[in-house]
Order: sequence, then C-alpha cells, then structure tokens
Amino acid sequence: MSTTYSARKTLPYQVELIRQIKRRRTLVSFALMIALPLIVVAAVKFGPSSSSGGDAGGNFGSGSANLIGLATNGGFNFTIVMLLFGSGFLLTTVFALFSGDSVASEASWSTLRYLLASPVPRRRLLMIKLMVSLTLSLASLFTLVLASYVIGIVAFGNAPLQSPLGGTYEGVDAWYRLAIITFYIGITLLFTSGIAFLMSVRTDVPLGAVGTAVLIVIISQILDAIEALGSIRDWLPSHYARAWTNALEPVIEWTAMGRGAAYSLVFFAIFIAWAVLKFDRKDILS
Amino acid sequence: MRRRIFASFLVLATLLIGILTPSFASGSSSKDIEIPGGPFSSTDDTPVNIDARIYIPEITPAPAIILAHGFGGSKEGLSERASQLQEAGYVVLTYSARGFGKTIAPISMNSPQYEIADAKSLVDYLATRSEVQKDAADDPRVGIAGGSYGGALALLLSGYDNRVDALASDITWNNLETALFSQYANNNTVGVFKKMWTGYFFSVGMATPPNQVSPCGRFSLEWCLAYQEAMNNESLSELAQLLMRNSSPTSITSKINIPSLIMVGQADSLFDFQQAFDTATEIKTSNPDTPLKLIWHAGGHDGGRNETDKVNAITLNWFDTYLKETATASLGMEVSRVQGAIVGGSSNITIDVLASDELPKFNTLEKVALKGETQSIVAPVGGEPANISVVPGLGSATALLGQTYPNQGAFFSTKEIGSKQDVIGASKVTIEIASDRPLESAVLFASLRIIREGGRSVFPNGLVSPIRIVNVSSTPQQVEITLPAIVAELNAGDKLQLVITTTDIAYKLPAETAIYQVSVVNNELLLPKTSFTLLTTQTPAGVWLLGAVVITVLLLLFVMLKKPRKSKDFFREDLAEVPVRIENLSKEFKGGVRAVNDVTWDVPAGFVIGLLGPNGAGKTTTMRMVMGLIQPTEGEVYVFGHRIHSGSAALSNIGALVEGAGFLPHLSGRENLELFWKASGRSGDPKIEDVLEIADLGTATKRKVRTYSQGMRQRLGIAQAMLGMPKLLILDEPTNGLDPPQIREMREVMSNYAATGRTVIVSSHMLSEVEQTCSHVIVMHRGQLVTMGRVDELLQGKSNMRLEDFFLDVVGEDLTIGKG
Repeated sequence: MSTTYSARKTLPYQVELIRQIKRRRTLVSFALMIALPLIVVAAVKFGPSSSSGGDAGGNFGSGSANLIGLATNGGFNFTIVMLLFGSGFLLTTVFALFSGDSVASEASWSTLRYLLASPVPRRRLLMIKLMVSLTLSLASLFTLVLASYVIGIVAFGNAPLQSPLGGTYEGVDAWYRLAIITFYIGITLLFTSGIAFLMSVRTDVPLGAVGTAVLIVIISQILDAIEALGSIRDWLPSHYARAWTNALEPVIEWTAMGRGAAYSLVFFAIFIAWAVLKFDRKDILS
Repeated sequence: MRRRIFASFLVLATLLIGILTPSFASGSSSKDIEIPGGPFSSTDDTPVNIDARIYIPEITPAPAIILAHGFGGSKEGLSERASQLQEAGYVVLTYSARGFGKTIAPISMNSPQYEIADAKSLVDYLATRSEVQKDAADDPRVGIAGGSYGGALALLLSGYDNRVDALASDITWNNLETALFSQYANNNTVGVFKKMWTGYFFSVGMATPPNQVSPCGRFSLEWCLAYQEAMNNESLSELAQLLMRNSSPTSITSKINIPSLIMVGQADSLFDFQQAFDTATEIKTSNPDTPLKLIWHAGGHDGGRNETDKVNAITLNWFDTYLKETATASLGMEVSRVQGAIVGGSSNITIDVLASDELPKFNTLEKVALKGETQSIVAPVGGEPANISVVPGLGSATALLGQTYPNQGAFFSTKEIGSKQDVIGASKVTIEIASDRPLESAVLFASLRIIREGGRSVFPNGLVSPIRIVNVSSTPQQVEITLPAIVAELNAGDKLQLVITTTDIAYKLPAETAIYQVSVVNNELLLPKTSFTLLTTQTPAGVWLLGAVVITVLLLLFVMLKKPRKSKDFFREDLAEVPVRIENLSKEFKGGVRAVNDVTWDVPAGFVIGLLGPNGAGKTTTMRMVMGLIQPTEGEVYVFGHRIHSGSAALSNIGALVEGAGFLPHLSGRENLELFWKASGRSGDPKIEDVLEIADLGTATKRKVRTYSQGMRQRLGIAQAMLGMPKLLILDEPTNGLDPPQIREMREVMSNYAATGRTVIVSSHMLSEVEQTCSHVIVMHRGQLVTMGRVDELLQGKSNMRLEDFFLDVVGEDLTIGKG
C-alpha cells in the first residue's frame, strides 16, 4: 500500500478551521461584531441628544435600573451595554449560524459524503465540527467584547465600570466582572448552539437548521415573557439569559447564574448526544 | 430512533398537561347554593340571599374553609383557589359579599350587623352539612381566609364567632380610620385623607344598573354619608367614626384567640405594615398563647412582586396545621427581601426570606447622623402640582414617579454606609418645623430613600408617611415622625436620604400656599434594629452545576455505549485480493422502498468494470453502501476482505465520485484538493500535480470553485477521487458534462489506471461509452442483479450485437435509460 491511513489524522482541527474561516459568513459575522459598537457610537454621538433625567431619581426599590443610560460612561460600561444589546438576538443568531451551518452546509455542498467516505469517522467528524463551530462562536463573542471595549475607550474614554445597581469597579475587579459576564453569556448561548447543531445533523438545508434554532430560542423567550406561566418559566433555559446582570451587584449573586449555566450545559449535552446518536445511524443521501 | 424520540416527547407532553390542568377527581364536586344571611338593611329585616358555592372534596367529612373575596370581587374570582383547597381535602365555601356578584344588599363595609352576620350564617350553614367535620353539634371545624376586604372580614368574624378555628388574613386594615386618615406624626391630630384610594374604592361600589343611578351607588346610606363627609371636610363626624370603628378589626382583636396568620405587603400604600403589625400585636397581647404568624411579603395593593403562590402555600400549611393537624407551621414573623433589579428590560430578581421565631417589637433603634441644613419648602396653592409617589390602582412601577417638584422637597442625607446591613421596619426622625405665617394645620410627607453607590435613587415601593401638624407658626416646633416601614438591603457605600415634601397626589392637600422651614433635630435618624435570620430557600449555584456535570457525564457514557453494533472490524482472508465483494446486499428505505434487493457480486482486480442499469436500478445506493454512507438492511460489503461499515479503515483504499463532485465553493480547486487530502487521514504522496494534470484545469485551479462550470467541477471531482492513487476507484457517471475529446481522454485515464493493477468501477448510462472502456459489466435492474461478466463473453455468439441491444434484451421493455 503506497499510503497508510489513520483515523486519528482525519479532518484535523486546523484543517476544519481553515475550511470554515475563509467563508464569507464567518467574515460577515465577525464584521458585524465590530460594526455593532461602531453603529451605537455613531448613534450616540450624532443622533439627537436625549434629555438627561432629573437628579431626584425615578427608580423604586426593585424597579428598573438604567443600564443603557450608563453606556457613555466609559469603555467598560459601553462593553456591558453592547453585550446587553448583542446577547438578545445578534449573538444568538451568530451562535446558531456557526453550529447550525456546520454539518448541513457540507451536506448541501455534497462534500459530506466524500469526507465520510475518505473516511472520516462519523463521531470524529461531529466532534471536530462542533469544536470549530464553538471556537468561531466564542471568538465572535470575544470580538464583540474587545471591539466594544476599544471603541468605547476611544469614544468615551477610560472610566471604571459603573454598576446601575450601585458600586464602581476598577481595574482587575472590572475585568473580573466583565470576564464573568462574557463567559456566562457564552455558556447560556450553548443552548442555542446545541439545538442548531442537532438541526444541522438532521437537515441538508443550512438555513433551515439556523432558522429552526433561532425560532426555538425565540419561542422560549416568548414563553418566558408570559407571566401567567408562573413558576414553569423557572425551568426555561432562556429564563436565565440575563442573570449575568447579577455580576454587576456589589456582592455577586451566583444562584441564578449557576442555574442558568447548568440548564444551558445540560441542554447542550442532550442536544449533542442526540445529534451524535442520530448521525451514527443516518443514511447519507445528500 | 425517531419513533423513540417522539414517544419520549409524548410522555413529556402528557406529564406537562397533567401538571397544568387541574384534575377533576371523581369524588369531588361543587355546587351553587343560596344561603339566607343577615338583615337586608336597617329598615328591612328580610334575610339577604347570599350567593355561594360549596366545594366538596373526595374524602368527607373534612374541615371547611370559607374564602372571602376582596372589594369589587365576587365568588367567581375565587374558583381557582377554591379548587386548589378542595384538592387539598377541604370543604370550601365561597360567596359573594353583599353588594357584590349576585348578592343584592347595600354595602356596609364589614359591619357587624350585616356582613359579619352574613358570615356567621355561613358558619351555621356549614354546621348543617354532613360533609363538614364537627367539633360539636352546630360547631363545624372551619377556617376563614381572605385578602383586603375579605381579610378584614376574616379577622372580624374570628372575633365575633367563636366557632371559627383558624384564620388567614392578607393585606387588610386594622383600623379603617387610621388607614384612610394617615397620621405618622406623634400627635393626636386627625390624619391626612387618602382621597385617591378611598375614591377608587368608592367608585368600585358605585356601579348600578342605569335606571337606578344614585350618588351612593350600592353603599348603605350611612357609609355613603361618611364618605361624602370625608371628601368634603378634613374630619369625620362621631357617627362616621363609630361606623369605622365597628368595621375595624382592632375593635375585636382582644377576642381573637384562634391560630392567626396575618399577612401584609411591602408594596401597599393603602393598608401598610403598621396596620397588620397592630393587629398581630393586639392579638398577641390579649391572648399570648395564640399561635400567630406575621408574613410581610413583597406584594400588596400597589402590586410589588407577586408572591401569590407563596402566600397560598403558607395559608394551606396554616390550615393543615390547625384544622387538619397534619402539618407543623412555624410561628413568629417572616419577611421577603427582594434583591436585584430590572436591568435592560429583564428582571433578575431574587426573593430571600428572613425569619424570626418571635414577633419582633421594632422598638430598638440605631442612631445615624443626617446631614442637611434648615431648608425652605413651598406648599403650592391648591396643592398643585402634586408629587406622585404611588398611583392607587396603578402601583409604583412607573419610572416617572418619585420625582419631586422644585422647592417642594427638603433633603437630608446620611454618610455612606460602612458595611452591608438590612433595614427592616420603620425608621424614626424628629424634625423641627416653622412656617412663614401662622397656620391652623400643615401637611407634609416624609419618606426614606436609598441612594445607591453611583447615585441611583431607590424609593422603596414609593411609600410616604403623611403627617399633619397643627398650629404651625414662625416659632419652630418639634415633631416626631415615623417613616414608612420598608424592607431594604443596604450595601457598603449606599446612603440613606430623608425627603420631606409638601405634596402627594394620593392625599387631600390644603388649598392654601405656605412656606415651611424644615430641619432635623440633632441631625439624627433612628433606624430599626431587628434580628432576622436568613432562610435559605435557594439551591446554591454549585449544586446546579454539579447536577449539570453529572447529567453530562451520564449522557457521555450513554452515547459511548450506544455506538453502532456493526462498527467492529471483520476480515476475510479469502477476499483479501478482491477489490469489492457484496453479499446478499439489500437496502430498504423508509416507506418500504426496496432500492437494492439481495444482490451478490464481486469485481476482479485490475480491470475497468461497468455498472449498468436504468434510473432506479439501485446502482447509486449500492455504491453508497460500498462507501459506508448507507447502512445495508441486510448483507455485507467487503473491500479487499475488510467488512465495510461507516468509517472503516478499508475505505481509505477507495477513491470515489458519486452523484457529482462536492467542493467548498469559497476555496480554489487546488486548495480543495489539498484540504481534502489533509482531511483524509492518509499519509504518503497525494500526487496532486499528477491528478491536476488529468483534470486539465490549467490556471483555473487557482480560482474559486464557485466560478467553475459543471464540466470543470466534474474533472476536479475525478482528480479528487484519484488523489493518492487508491487501489479502487469508483466513478459514477464520470463523463457528465465533459466534451468528446475530454471523454476520450478520460477513457484513456481509466484504462491506464487499471493497467497498474488497480480497479475502476464506472457507472454510466452511456452504453457505448461503457462498451469502449470496460472489460466487465454488472447489469442491475429494479434493485436486482440481472447479469454480470466480461463484455466480450456476454456478447459472444451474438454477432454484431452491441451492448445496447444486449442491454435491451436482458432488461426488457420498461427501462428509462438514456441513449448515447
């Protein structure tokens, strides 16, 4: 035999990364992460100035805390507000895109059958695909954070992180809190990644997988907004999507974040396990 | 698999439906009834027909619970709650109080002669029901529960009727006069009239059929007159005071000696904490052995945080303890401490519970220094514009609220708090007040706010303490004020702020204008000191995460164990030299379509073999099974003796092009081949240059595949299949999209490839093509093998017969094969 084959050498991580990173959707996603803070800065700087609220304060005991009003405070605050804007829909879509597209796009290009016949073992293919899509997803999150921070510093200067819940954090403390928030958002978005990945295995239409994942997340968000559902909502993964604001409290309240992260991880594990079992037995007809 | 997932969804859905729908147990029932109550009015002795509904549980006799509704409600609104209690094993009696629902009679605000008499007749009625457990003849085992208007009824009935065995009363008054004429200054002057709340409730009792419109609505004449008096003047007649006293639980608390669950909300500007605390203290003082619990939850008439589920659970536990004796309720006091805030439109609120075994006295106070000079504030003429703290009926949730109009407020602030501490209860402060001219009475509003580090002002539930001070003049006089009772957690760096204002929209304000000088005596604020302990009700974050890790590990194990059975390698020595052998191969797709049916063939090494058959013959399915892409329903595939399964190493000996080429459109042809080779897990020389030469793409190899024509893609696909010169080449319709010279060239390539001892399997619908290229053919039709063998042998003895004719011969009429 002139060549030797080793299953462990099939589809190396770097190769898959190169295959994905040159794609237009990857570049567009990362560009969006940089564009969002730029657009917001432009809107704040050149848009009509909103009247600043009175000093008597309009907030009650547990009423709304004005996080957005603090956006122009400095780089840290701007970053937090960008995460607030981004984590609702933009990051959800991007995470769904990277995971939902990963296997389905190969099927749609007809490359999946050649990879599997070459042969890349099916479970290995899924794991490498998952690792690369998560790498890109998390990288886009980090891009948003770093771009927002840099753009925030340039636009509004360097200032300590000012929490709307009271408390000012400087230096290491500010970075610590920003890191907690970033990682928590990353973990909660794994829920989205998990569904998208499962859908990606089930369908040959990449946009179908992405769309279904986004739809499920939105339905979960809508259910969470229905107060009549009462304590049932506590069991929805998206119920804890904003629990990271607890990291802005003087003494960080971990319970909600712990629960949110746990749900997200469990759902992620379930979806991935489901995807693996599904893919094991799937007839590749694409 | 799909079916199993579907089944698990079904199970989940059934469970959810089971949880969500109240079950209708066979033995339980409910029925509308009419119960004769107290006299219709002071002039008419006819008993009122009380519209009621009785809920009988599955197991009887059982203790009974009377549920009383709030002002403006009726028995219909209690049906859900009643069903829950019925489910819990109680006979439940709901009814519409007089003036509400279908019970027609004048409203007398829980007057002992009327509403309380009605409630007594409900107890009489329960005594007649065999389903109700009895303590003695005519004495049913009964508890009463209600909120607001119903809460006061629960207290009053418990005082007037000693047959009641336990009570639960939520958000209600102790003393109607002090609740509606609030006075938080330490003097005996009549308080400030809560005109908005009172008006709001009066309007609820106004609605009558259009032909019976009256200024008194459904109210009794006495109460109507008392209301008009309060609205027009700032004081009440003795008669009105008497009416209010009779309808106030404080008049009868000394007689309440049954287990009493008293509840009050933090977001309640109508019946505040002081009212409930007074009730609890009065009961405790008169009957020290009475089991008593005071709950200060986060809800109330202004909304706040909905804790209905918790209140219901505590109430049930209370009745289970004292009516059924199947539970043990804790006594003392429990406070909900709301933490967190709504940030970015999403709430991250958590509610902790603080508890104390005893009813605290709230009389230990801690001195805190208040800064602030004497300030002048203006009471605007006509009381307009008035500051808005809470709008009755709308609550305190609107961000617009809580602002202070210019010059209407005096502000005094503490220093930053050094460490975390709770403020639970009412603070006190003594102020000094003088006016620019002598005034009979002055009205002020005091509140305590929290300035969070960073400057955000928090106005706990928008609560204010109205005060009325008489005979104000330029000579300063001192007044001790009790500030609103709040539950708040202070963090290090927070400040407390005392705000004294001249107006509040919810109260009746003096019409005259005035200027007041306000200062704080001794610069001193007195904070309540209480010793509550935190009841941890929440599972710590670590437990959740640990659970997640355990579940994940279990899933991982499960997935590992569920690896497909056929993935084991199996080698047959006798087939080691046979490029492909398929044995009894069948594939049935979903819906019963049998694409390949019991096919057995093998191919010899070193030849170009043609696979022929019309569309739907099962060629592609067979090839996909050979490549491990489709799992055979039955039978096996061997490649050089190795049984093929998905991902088996023997597949590395195959290069393939099946149903068109597949490339990453965003990469160049060369990049595609390089990355494909790197992904294939094979080492050795891929011979990229050689195969690219065969593909004959020239400089196009540097262009993105997206720009390629179909023929170019096809050529690149053949090149990819040949990468690394595999021992077996499978080409499905390789000449698709190629022009004649390229086809000729390709024919040569295949022959040369086979000449090196390697094997090529070609499927094509161009029969002449196959005839010219292949030495052997395998003919398939409708999933079955028709014939196979050397082309020259098959055509032997059939002079001048071409493969096409032969093909028609064996396949018959029904073929859809294209003609070359």
